[in-house]
Amino acid sequence: MNMSTLAINLAGVTKAFGDKIVVNELSFSVARGECFGLLGPNGAGKSTIARMLLGMVSPDLGEITVLGQHVPARACLARVRIGVVPQFDNLELNFTVRENLLVFGRYFNKSVREIEALMPSLLEFARLENKAGARVAELSGGMKRRLTLARALINDPHLLIMDEPTTGLDPHARHLIWERLRVLLARGKTILLTTHFMEEAERLCDRLCVLEQGRKIAEGKPQELIDAHIGCDVVEIYGGNPHDLCTQVRPYVRHMEVSGETLFCYARDPEQVRAQLRGYAGLRLLQRPPNLEDVFLRVTGRELEN
Amino acid sequence: MSEGYSPVMPANAYNWIAVWHRNFLAWRKVALASVLGNLADPMTNLFGLGFGLGIIVGRVDGTSYIAFLAAGMVATSAMTAATFETLYAVFARMDSQRTWDAILSTQLTLGDIVLGELVWAASKAVLAGTAIWTVAAILGYAEWPSILYSMPAIALTGVVFASLAMVVISLAPSYDYFVFYQTLVMTPMVFLCGAVVPLDQLPSTVQHVASFLPLAHSVDLIRPTMLGRPAGSAGLHISALCVYAVLPFFLSTAILRRRLMR
Repeated sequence: MNMSTLAINLAGVTKAFGDKIVVNELSFSVARGECFGLLGPNGAGKSTIARMLLGMVSPDLGEITVLGQHVPARACLARVRIGVVPQFDNLELNFTVRENLLVFGRYFNKSVREIEALMPSLLEFARLENKAGARVAELSGGMKRRLTLARALINDPHLLIMDEPTTGLDPHARHLIWERLRVLLARGKTILLTTHFMEEAERLCDRLCVLEQGRKIAEGKPQELIDAHIGCDVVEIYGGNPHDLCTQVRPYVRHMEVSGETLFCYARDPEQVRAQLRGYAGLRLLQRPPNLEDVFLRVTGRELEN
Repeated sequence: MSEGYSPVMPANAYNWIAVWHRNFLAWRKVALASVLGNLADPMTNLFGLGFGLGIIVGRVDGTSYIAFLAAGMVATSAMTAATFETLYAVFARMDSQRTWDAILSTQLTLGDIVLGELVWAASKAVLAGTAIWTVAAILGYAEWPSILYSMPAIALTGVVFASLAMVVISLAPSYDYFVFYQTLVMTPMVFLCGAVVPLDQLPSTVQHVASFLPLAHSVDLIRPTMLGRPAGSAGLHISALCVYAVLPFFLSTAILRRRLMR
């Protein structure tokens, strides 16, 4: 791919904190206009990668280029065109919504007049038109996230880096954020998103990279990953001892996984699995199409011997 | 790495203003309480020691004790205002409030932030020092026009002590460690640097140590302006204070980089 069409390029990036390797020979690239997801459990290195892209963490090995600038050496030039939604809100709690945008715009050398001119569209985008004079401490969690998103747009960024943008939000607030992000993608923004919500990744990301302990274990389009790694329906079984049930259904499934108290059966013919379990009382079965969570369980190797 | 240090230095000569402005906006909301809080302590010292001790002490250094003390209190209040702003407010912005974290995701560098915080802390020092100076002038212990000479000296004092405190917060794991700096460095300096006691009353070894301490240079710079005397070796004092302002700036920025941007 031509470098000028790339928003982000990582090549062989490794980072260790002390003895602990948090990012391990990671390479990926994100094209302009794309929504790229970094998917993984807590501790997979997602936040470290997001901070590396901003020049706030220096890699031990490897090359990072963001918006054509070498990072971290020239990160502050890249940041001119980056908007950031951090994992933990860092708004000014004692300032009003308006003052937050005003102060943040100044960090990009914008004049008060320029910021005032942008204010209505930013507030409208964040659905905070009626909250301009409200102190941030009075806002709900969803409103704070939306303000953080509006704040990230104040420099008209080409690239948005979002570290778990909907963690801690209720479903309604989460859907509103997703809808807003789709609007941004339609406007041609590039988004790099870290998440541990499979649903979020599946809904928003054009491509994604599954991480475990700093290593890339899968990369591709969500549906292609699902087809390639699973490719059949899933029956979730809970309410019994998953290890006992394994033996019952083993001949009828392609593979199985146990996660907590749930047995995941991947079967071409789910009816056969259901038939095997009719004799068990108290079991609950859920049949559904495969999703990224199944891919994750499969590629992280938490699979039972089959 | 040749390019290793540049990402944390101030990117230009004006980025820091945005940080100063942010602090000014936050301060404006609590200005009255902040000003009163900054003034109460030095005022109490000035009147309590000045009038109380002044009766016993009589004349010092060719002037009344309270006139002698006034310059000491101006310098001390500038030192205290800049130090406390940096130790507590700046540390909070760097640590628990995540303000720096937000700023570091913009086009500002770590050096821009540190510079903005230093100038802000110095601004508060100017406010505190000038307020005490004004009270002294009203009481007749300073000539009004000499504020033109005193104010830059107060500002420089503010930058110096903000810069030194920046090193402290860059190293301190938590608020609990600041008390060591206050009790082991700041308080002794008030007594060793000619702020409340004339330096020539002290043993010569102490005088020798004092000649290296930043507050001594501040006091020696501010006192002649207030008493309307010719300022001896002003160039030396200004140079010493500049060293105390600049070296800690680079040191704290380097340490903060290791702390915040591993």
